[in-house]
Amino acid sequence: MTKINEQLLNRLSRVALSLTLVFFLLTLVFSGCALKPERSLVLATTTSTYDSGLLEFILPAFEDQHNTKVKVVAVGTGQALALAARGDADVVLVHAPDLEEEFVQKGFGVQRTFIMYNDFVILGPSNDPANIRRSPDATNAFRRIASTQSTFVSRGDESGTHIKERVIWALAGVESPEKDNWYLSLGQGMGSSLNVANEKHAYILSDRGTFLSRGASNLAMLTEGDPLLFNPYHFMIVNPDKFNNVQMELGQLLLDFLISAETQEKIRSFGVDRFGQILFNPASPDL
Amino acid sequence: MDELASGIWQAVKLIGTLDPEVRSIALFSLQVSGLALLLAAITGIPYGIWLAFSRFPGRKILIGFTYAGMAFPTVVVGLIVFLLLSHNGPLGFLGWLFTPFGIIAAQFLIGFPVVASLTMAAILGLNPEMRLQLQSLGATRVQISITLLREAKVAMIVAMAAAFGRVVTEVGAVIIVGGNIAGSTRVLTTAIVLETRKGDFDSAIALGVILLMISFSINLIATRLQGKALAR
Amino acid sequence: MKDKIYILKDVIKNYGDKTACHLSYLEIYRGEVLGIIGPSGSGKSTLLRLLNFLERQTYGSIIFDGNTFDGKSHVPLTIRRRMTMVFQNPMLLKTSILNNVAYGLKLRNMKYPKSEAATLLRRLGMESLVSADASNISYGEAQRVALARALVLRPDVLLLDEPTANLDPYNVGVTEDLILRAKEESGATIVVVTHNVFQARRLCDRMVFLLDGKEVEVGPTEELFTHAKDPRTIAFIGGDMVY
Repeated sequence: MTKINEQLLNRLSRVALSLTLVFFLLTLVFSGCALKPERSLVLATTTSTYDSGLLEFILPAFEDQHNTKVKVVAVGTGQALALAARGDADVVLVHAPDLEEEFVQKGFGVQRTFIMYNDFVILGPSNDPANIRRSPDATNAFRRIASTQSTFVSRGDESGTHIKERVIWALAGVESPEKDNWYLSLGQGMGSSLNVANEKHAYILSDRGTFLSRGASNLAMLTEGDPLLFNPYHFMIVNPDKFNNVQMELGQLLLDFLISAETQEKIRSFGVDRFGQILFNPASPDL
Repeated sequence: MDELASGIWQAVKLIGTLDPEVRSIALFSLQVSGLALLLAAITGIPYGIWLAFSRFPGRKILIGFTYAGMAFPTVVVGLIVFLLLSHNGPLGFLGWLFTPFGIIAAQFLIGFPVVASLTMAAILGLNPEMRLQLQSLGATRVQISITLLREAKVAMIVAMAAAFGRVVTEVGAVIIVGGNIAGSTRVLTTAIVLETRKGDFDSAIALGVILLMISFSINLIATRLQGKALAR
Repeated sequence: MKDKIYILKDVIKNYGDKTACHLSYLEIYRGEVLGIIGPSGSGKSTLLRLLNFLERQTYGSIIFDGNTFDGKSHVPLTIRRRMTMVFQNPMLLKTSILNNVAYGLKLRNMKYPKSEAATLLRRLGMESLVSADASNISYGEAQRVALARALVLRPDVLLLDEPTANLDPYNVGVTEDLILRAKEESGATIVVVTHNVFQARRLCDRMVFLLDGKEVEVGPTEELFTHAKDPRTIAFIGGDMVY
């Protein structure tokens, strides 16, 4: 009799195990569909915006207030705009003014609104072989880096930073630096690129926020303040006339939220206690 | 080395305290990969068995394609799925882009050829007369398939473990199709990419340790399941 | 008239261009032991598989117990399960002997499969194998287990494809004894394919001699041995056939 009981127990436990497994897997499906009644919208943004932690800081208030999940897809600026141009995102937050204007002109984006700004800085090795230190002129600095053939690390990923960098090279009269071997094009995010520049004691264009939060022990801030290094962030809603799935209403709510006095103040306060500096300056100056 | 040590210490802390975010990412990873594997098994095993016994012109070509699927670059699978699920793609109406369903679809496509090919190989590895013998004993097609799968148990478990390995370690396709969205499409592998990119190496290492632990556990379970069959 | 469990009429089995088997007419009587003899490649195994409906004939009809089947008609499971075959290789499953012998019973959802299996093994004098596993028995024992696995199903027809071809003389003898016992106890119709004419003489009531897929002569065993009608039969049985 006990042998039959043993076998029965074996069978039962195997059945029970398989059932629990299947149940476990199915909870995913259910949690995906049924339990989350909320609305959501897809925000395509850049890695530097996301990696700073700013969005994690300000978005929860919006999500709670409107019972809406903001699904943040953080990719390079180029990819963010490309996603939006396919109708795979509802709203975008990027920092590449030329590309943004093109985006609006082509009819993909509406309600382009200035949200916040910070600036880029040129970092380099402390011994500064190209001697650009404290020169407030970014164009000149780049010219000197090129003429001294000092190692320069580029993000090379069509990000806002990369695009700005290309603009400065053009102004400095340096054509296609990618073909030179002192120029390293990585195709990576700001953090990773900073790492590489740090390892190689190279020059690099970075946004202030990432440099402050990441740090780079071998690099120093050599050039800042040039108006050319101004880095504005704009928000756009994907044109609902082009794509019928765009959450226009929710996008509008998010826009209003971002430019509200409260949020703008929150943006200003972000990271100040940790770094002693403002990382993102709100668009509205009188706060 | 300091980094590695502090990363491992961080891992211990995160695991020990059952850190909610890490826990939910880990569970989510298992669920997604588990579902993808289940779907791959439900479709791939019958297909593999059929392929083993089929006889028709062009069979070799079909087998070739199935094998090729195993080595197909997973990131390209991700790209293809992205284009299919994108809003202006043919399957855009499903709305699966940047959702777990999209990830499961991509991982399913990645795991399916592994399950199918290795199932076929497992069945072909058995005595070809065995099928006739089972038929002669009065087994139906389904009964034959089940019996053959049991006979090839060791090879079948390898197949499932290999498929799971390929699926749970996938990064590129999951990022492209899922978007690595916090709280909804972030898995262990994509979270590691994120933390590394952000420079938060402690967290990255911690997540890596957890992923390793999961891999080892699965393989341990697989070995136990093969159990007596290996000892013969 | 004797009860015919099989009638084969103009049965032809082609593989592509090659004709493996061509039988103009063959009757098999219920309860007899029929031997199929002939040189290698003469279509013996093919014929056996046709009888088991494992392969289907290209032309012609096979009438089993009054039911006619051509090469395409569906053979119901109930009929297919009335016959079973033991192959040259035992092909046991990777499990215990009991599970192996009980396999066919479990397929048919019969009650107490393992206890029936154990009972049969004991009756056939294979008591020692009841607690054994397929991985630790000898080849000869395995072949007898395969036989038991078939016998436990109480089939109407037992088909044996060179059942002792791989066995040493001792095991050949033990296995043949089993086959004879099975015939006595179950009354099943047994069709044996063998290349060993002496074995055929020991086991079979009637024999059919196949050459190149065609039946050359059919008749009671002793007749074929002592005064066969066809010279080829005489040559083969006498061991003089060069092929």
